[in-house]
Amino acid sequence: MIKLTTLINLAAEEAPSPVIPHPVEIIVGLIAFSLLFYVLKTKVVPKFEKAYEERTNAIEGGLERAEKAQVEAERVLRTYTTQLAEAQSEAQKIREESRVQGAAIIEDLREKAKEEAARITAAAQQSIEAERQQAITSLRNEVGALATELASKIVGEALDDQVRQSRIVDRFVADLEKSN
Amino acid sequence: MTIEKWNSLNLLEGEVRPGFRAPDAGDFVFPSIFGDSVLTTKPVILVFFSVILVSTFFIASSRKALVVPSKIQFAGEMVYGFVRNEIGKDVIGSEFQRFVPFLFTIFTFVLTNNIFGIIPLIQFPTMSRIGFPVAITIFVYLTYHFVAIRKHGLFKYLKDMCFMPGIPKFMYVILAPLELATYFVIRPLTLAMRLFGNMFAGHLLLILFTLGGEYMLHDKLIMKIFSVFSFGFSLGFTFFEFFVQCLQAYIFTLLSALYIAGALADEH
Repeated sequence: MIKLTTLINLAAEEAPSPVIPHPVEIIVGLIAFSLLFYVLKTKVVPKFEKAYEERTNAIEGGLERAEKAQVEAERVLRTYTTQLAEAQSEAQKIREESRVQGAAIIEDLREKAKEEAARITAAAQQSIEAERQQAITSLRNEVGALATELASKIVGEALDDQVRQSRIVDRFVADLEKSN
Repeated sequence: MTIEKWNSLNLLEGEVRPGFRAPDAGDFVFPSIFGDSVLTTKPVILVFFSVILVSTFFIASSRKALVVPSKIQFAGEMVYGFVRNEIGKDVIGSEFQRFVPFLFTIFTFVLTNNIFGIIPLIQFPTMSRIGFPVAITIFVYLTYHFVAIRKHGLFKYLKDMCFMPGIPKFMYVILAPLELATYFVIRPLTLAMRLFGNMFAGHLLLILFTLGGEYMLHDKLIMKIFSVFSFGFSLGFTFFEFFVQCLQAYIFTLLSALYIAGALADEH
């Protein structure tokens, strides 16, 4: 049977100091690290950086596009609002104008109608007057002739003299008018 | 406590069933698979395997580089975006872009090799072999010094390092050596040791509880009951290890970014 102390002592003698590096292991470490460094630096890091950059660009680009769209939308909205306001004021103006024009037309028509009426009235009066005159004249003549004939028949006096005849008729008519 | 003291307490003294050996640093040494070359030991093969794994995954993930990513691209981009923005951009600032491939390599390389620790059948965190953290630290160390010297010039870089403004002159006697030690010794040492230590200790605990559980399972009944706890702990610890593995990958990358950021800053 072996005593524990002997075992411990044996172990202590056998074990190499763990804090003394083995030169080969240092060299292996240096080589392995360099290899890994080379691979990661040339193959991996640039790719990840590229992905990062693209992602940043994509996000920033997206934001930029959204901003642009927003600005565009606002611009269009402003245009439409302006156009709408313009159209409204235009419509208002047209309504106002047509109202004014309508009133003017009505006024004009009324004026014209009035004038027409006046003209028609005047023409009617004129024609009435003319006809009256004509009637008076023809009546006078006829009445004269009738009266003369009547008178000549009654009086038996030839009233050939034109002047006298006319004077007599006038007097007769004047009397007639007075009696009217 | 020394072994003699343990013995005097009479706790561990006694007969030990042969066949059980507590895990130690020896469990981190693997035999070569082909011949005697260290190049065919498990850790070395795993490191190269991780390079192939990470390369394949990210090439597949980034091959198409679509604006609307596929699932695999989304997964790859999530890791890349985390390193690029949360570590690179936030820590380094305006000039971060040219350091992204470097930080990305550190993070994926360390994370994959750490997680190997809990992947069934692989189950070995390669970063628990100190040579690998040292190798990455060499790159980080060279990078931040190179960046600073190129930006400020060697003389101004050293001057800014040793003589911080706004401190009483006599303090420089103490501060200048401290600052020099920080930049040239402490930073690389802690960077490599932190990662190594976490992975080493985590893996040691895991195998201790797994092997211990297995050992107790073949013992008396009472020991069989204890072995259940041992396996349970190792299971729970596996989840915790996953957390530590991710955290350490993050811390390693974050500190590298911080050192680069410090080198780029106008004043130290």
